[in-house]
Amino acid sequence: MAKLTIADLQKIKEKAERTRHLREGGMRAKVVVHMGTCGIASGARPVLQRLMELVEKENITDVALTTSGCAGLCSSEPMMTIEIAGEGPVKYVKLDPDKAEEVFRTHVLGGEVVTKYVLARGQEKAY
Amino acid sequence: MEQTTQAVRSHVMICAGTSCVELGSLAVRDALEKELRKHGLDKEVRVFTSGCNGFCTVGPIMIVYPEGVFYQRVDVDDVPELVEEHFLKGRVYERLLYTKPAGQEKVPMLNEIGFFSKQVLRALRNRGLIDPDNIEEYIARDGYSGLAKALTEMSPLGIIKEVKNSGLRGRGGGGFPTGMKWEFAARAEGDIKYVLCNADEGDPGAFMDRSILESDPHAVLEGMAIAGRALGASQGYIYVRAEYPLAIQRLHTAIDQAREVGLLGDNIFDTDYCFDIDLYYGAGAFVCGEETALIHSIEGKRGMPRPRPPFPAHKGLWGKPTVLNNVETYANVGQIILNGAAWYASLGTETSKGTKVFALTGDVNNNGLVEVPMGTTLRTIVFDIGGGIRKRRKFKAVQIGGPSGGCLPGDLLDTPVDYESVTRTGAIMGSGGLVVMDETNCMVDMARYFLEFTQDESCGKCTPCRVGTKVMLDVLDRICEGRGEEGDIALLEDLAETIRAGSLCGLGQTAPNPVLTTLRYFREEYEEHIREGRCRAHSCPALLKFRVIEDKCKKCGLCQRACPVDAVDWEKGQVAHIDLDKCIKCRSCYGACPFMAIE
Repeated sequence: MAKLTIADLQKIKEKAERTRHLREGGMRAKVVVHMGTCGIASGARPVLQRLMELVEKENITDVALTTSGCAGLCSSEPMMTIEIAGEGPVKYVKLDPDKAEEVFRTHVLGGEVVTKYVLARGQEKAY
Repeated sequence: MEQTTQAVRSHVMICAGTSCVELGSLAVRDALEKELRKHGLDKEVRVFTSGCNGFCTVGPIMIVYPEGVFYQRVDVDDVPELVEEHFLKGRVYERLLYTKPAGQEKVPMLNEIGFFSKQVLRALRNRGLIDPDNIEEYIARDGYSGLAKALTEMSPLGIIKEVKNSGLRGRGGGGFPTGMKWEFAARAEGDIKYVLCNADEGDPGAFMDRSILESDPHAVLEGMAIAGRALGASQGYIYVRAEYPLAIQRLHTAIDQAREVGLLGDNIFDTDYCFDIDLYYGAGAFVCGEETALIHSIEGKRGMPRPRPPFPAHKGLWGKPTVLNNVETYANVGQIILNGAAWYASLGTETSKGTKVFALTGDVNNNGLVEVPMGTTLRTIVFDIGGGIRKRRKFKAVQIGGPSGGCLPGDLLDTPVDYESVTRTGAIMGSGGLVVMDETNCMVDMARYFLEFTQDESCGKCTPCRVGTKVMLDVLDRICEGRGEEGDIALLEDLAETIRAGSLCGLGQTAPNPVLTTLRYFREEYEEHIREGRCRAHSCPALLKFRVIEDKCKKCGLCQRACPVDAVDWEKGQVAHIDLDKCIKCRSCYGACPFMAIE
């Protein structure tokens, strides 16, 4: 590896920004894909897969993409909960990869809740 | 070097400090990686190893980010279920969560565990967050940015001024202002100067420096490189104990990586500054933690102190101006330069700034490595962070400062930890050893233990230290064996004063401290040993005749199971009885009884 310059330090830092957010917190939003048995059976994994590809492609560093268990409404899986920092969590139901991408782009990146897929604005916290 | 850009949804930190490695954390890592692959999760979950997380009691430790879920005592056999629950199904795997000492309440989040929530991390800021074997991860957390600033935006005098203003003091124990030390060496005449790092950590129960070296070796290298710039040195040595193989291995890796990318070597950041670091292994002599003895040891001579002045800042290694600081001191330097003196000084007390790392051991629930702001009380450390005393016993004393320090009683628990407050109690801040003791510890025996250590480690140069500590030890041996005499206490005090006044280095000057502090705070225990032949902690074997207190005995039989020589007579539903003819006074039954029913 070539000798580092001060500019290189900055580049390394930028490259690792996502890692840093992931470990230290400071995420702007949290996206939870519910992956109980019901979620997995109805297709939560391709949903998660699509979102991960999206995060990588768009180089999104400040959104925590994570999984959790059954959200309690198994008949409406795959489900996803989006929690923008400082706002209440929003639950989306009956998703597929395309719908999930649409929700991610519009809600997480655009700030608009996608009402047509929403279950309800909930009060419960994802954690 | 590892690619860090790929989007993964989760990072799993596995602690690879000495303690967790001993407990099998590397096997857990391998099993985890295998299991994740099996489920096709290895692309989205990244496993990395970090240095010591600090909470050594509950290792092997695993933390899952971004949630920050803390798993403890993870075994290889737990891995399949854990992966299925946490990573496949996204549920917290409850069985391995931390449980509060009082009761059954499980705490999933790292930041909600009392042990962590009261700590402020500066010297240990990267612990558990970076892989110590990967320089990029250090750089990503602002690593070497302090060095960059020091080399390109600051003059050597500016660096010294910043360190002086920060109020940073020597973390090895003495508490000498670091900036002043640097200034002396910078002003000293000479074209060759040296930067030394003291990693010869020898206090019983102390592992602060080892943990820093294991979890964040680059922080120490960066601090030394900045010091080198300040004084005009081009060579540094780390004097590290050969007994720290993992720390040595990580230091070697770190030095190699830093050289490879030009952060050590010639013309760092294309400036005229050249600096390199080599390791020197210490053979484990306690006295080599003393600066002049350490320097002699590197020079290939016998590790013995010499009179000062001349101070090492003027005549140090091979007669050249030398700065010697402790591992923890250097670990703070990069951040001071990067964030400024005012930032650093915003924490702490009037005279002691910043934070201090302590190795918390002994009879507390949460053993481990803790970092707190200067001025935090001992009570907070022992009870809030340490989780109080084990086995529902009572607090008796806390030993601070190692063999040079002292034992402080319960009514001094509200002492804030800063250099001056601790010194006023008769103990010393020391390098950060904190041994907590419950009521079953005898203070005379404790003093004897530490004196035995210093007596053994005395280099023999000064007669008061060499002979005096031996005489003191003989007196303490006698007292513990029930052969104490009137006048022994006065003799101890007299000898202590002579040793303190007549020894050249810190080892001798402070060797009597454990005796003096126990005499000051626990004098009655000495008197009981001498006059009544009684040890209230039931610790000194010669003074013991064990018996079962019938009222307190719950007939559980634990004492019988603990006894190695079948001296305990017990049958189900019966009060136990100890046969004194068979008893070897090993204290096993005393330690095993949950009801304090044996005396």
